[in-house]
Amino acid sequence: MKKVLQGNIALCEGAIEGGLDAYYAYPITPQNEISAYFAEVLPQKNKVFLQAESEIAAINMVFGTAVTGKRAMTSSSSPGISLMQEGISYLCGCELPCVIVNVMRGGPGLGNISGSQQDYFQATRGGGHGDYHTIVLAPFSVKEIYEFAKESFLLAEKYRIPVLILYDGYLGQTMEIFDTDSNEEKLNVKIDQNIDKSWVLDGAKNRPSRKIRSLLMAEGELEQHNLKLKEKYTQIKKNEIRVKFYEIEDAKIGLVAYGIAARAALEAVYKLKNKNIKVGLIRPQTLWPFPYNEIKNLSNYIKKFLVVEMSSLGQMVEDVKLAVEGNAEVFFYGRGGGALVSSNEIIKKVLEIY
Amino acid sequence: MERTQFVKPKSLKNTHHNYCPGCGHGIIHRIIAEIIDELNIREKTIAVAPVGCAVFAYDYWDFDVTEAPHGRPPAVATGIKRVLPDRIVFTYQGDGDLAAIGTAEIIHAANRSENITVIFVNNTVYGMTQGQMAPTTLIGQKTLTTPYGRDANRDGYPLKVCELLSVLDGTKFSARGMVTNPKEIIKTKSLIKKAFFKQIENKGFSIVEVLSMCPSGLHMNPIETKEWVEKELTKFFPLGVFKDV
Ligand SMILES: Cc1ncc(C[n+]2csc(CCOP(=O)(O)OP(=O)(O)O)c2C)c(N)n1
Repeated sequence: MKKVLQGNIALCEGAIEGGLDAYYAYPITPQNEISAYFAEVLPQKNKVFLQAESEIAAINMVFGTAVTGKRAMTSSSSPGISLMQEGISYLCGCELPCVIVNVMRGGPGLGNISGSQQDYFQATRGGGHGDYHTIVLAPFSVKEIYEFAKESFLLAEKYRIPVLILYDGYLGQTMEIFDTDSNEEKLNVKIDQNIDKSWVLDGAKNRPSRKIRSLLMAEGELEQHNLKLKEKYTQIKKNEIRVKFYEIEDAKIGLVAYGIAARAALEAVYKLKNKNIKVGLIRPQTLWPFPYNEIKNLSNYIKKFLVVEMSSLGQMVEDVKLAVEGNAEVFFYGRGGGALVSSNEIIKKVLEIY
Repeated sequence: MERTQFVKPKSLKNTHHNYCPGCGHGIIHRIIAEIIDELNIREKTIAVAPVGCAVFAYDYWDFDVTEAPHGRPPAVATGIKRVLPDRIVFTYQGDGDLAAIGTAEIIHAANRSENITVIFVNNTVYGMTQGQMAPTTLIGQKTLTTPYGRDANRDGYPLKVCELLSVLDGTKFSARGMVTNPKEIIKTKSLIKKAFFKQIENKGFSIVEVLSMCPSGLHMNPIETKEWVEKELTKFFPLGVFKDV
């Protein structure tokens, strides 16, 4: 079916298609379309919509619903996601599946309400306390927002892990036409066996009582749990890395960009192709797990990488450096504070280093 | 004639607990377990344990129990009850958990009239972290962080949670009891039972505050602690039903 939707609405429709049971959130720009849409639609479908008193409450309501094995989601923008970090750490410790959406805005502090990509570190490094990861999906089109949202619950349940969908305020506002039937830009999450639900709390009827906890005080118990989580993360790294390549076969320079920055980068790639300048694009769709090996392999023949981000500091650039292991030069071009990167500026930077 | 003096509630696991001698948590756990047996709701109960001395409640109760971050049980309970409205959901929280770090969550859960039951254990100190001042610490009371006694000018006044929540339209039942002697235990048990009934009847938010004993935090022996609760604590925190609608 063809749809014309704004990114934030595509997220809602994807999540509903994916079996969303309950949505909890606290208002924040630039993602208010999401709660407005759910407030209208979820009650009609007998699903739960609740405006929480804070992002702290919202993430803990998500925790409560996740405990029952139902599909819970929250969305926010950067400052709100900061407030959720303790809850996310608990969700990871308790191995509870859920979906969290960060429609990034400029920071630090109250920053501004434009789109940005300044929360990459927070998203991919855990963000809260303790040894953990969440899966981080980075859609770059309205269609991808829809598809990722739709499959995110399955991914979360497959590994009993929170899935973070990360995109910026501009993409959230972008309106695009897409075809829900086309197989492109899907995650294609593979489920081998039935998803285990033997851990959910729904009342101890005809079974022993259960508990959900992250507190492990006995000698060595927490380390065992940490190692179990580590093994899970290893499996995720093995199975769930998603990355797209464009014009990469004979590229002399590899651009690396995700989300909306990748759209400007892609435009630069094709403009340069017309001038016979061989530049390719690597676009991670998962930021954690990150495609380290894929980029490392490219560094056998691509000796210059240019990382493009909507961040002044450069955050993903650190992962690209880790990936190439000194085998290639890594350059950075980025704009922060809500500024957009443009294909012309990317081209200028490419020509400087070509 | 044989008489049974003591039967372990089905809702209580057959294990020893880690509470200090004279602590009130064990008594309160037990009366909750008895009520759940008596109401025959063990198979549909989901409890939310706090961060505090009762954090291990899931090791003592024999029904489904989840952990929650410090202060957030009302939000977690909301997330459970909203998707499983036919289950019985209750939180069990200390005064630090409920009345300090979790103040926003308890007020809003009450105000939304979430159809949950809250058991609020007021022992006037942070037991778990070695006895610091709690929001409910009395004026002049010495704790780890009020070594000269709580000073209203610096630390403000003890918080009367039941009275505070009673003014909210969403609160349907609010009462305070104590567990210092068998008579009071029986009275408190009937208050808690009433609170569960409110939930079963879909009336909305119910809370029972239980004045409890923390001899370790108060640096008194168990007998002195219970006498202090009865004589001093009840002066500021009167027992009774504040709201029942
Ligand atoms: C975010 C956070 N802050 C602080 C703590 C430390 N902490 C654990 S229990 C507790 C206070 C518990 O006191 P109370 O709720 O009165 O329960 P009690 O132990 O007296 O039963 C604190 C401050 C924590 N675990 N998490």
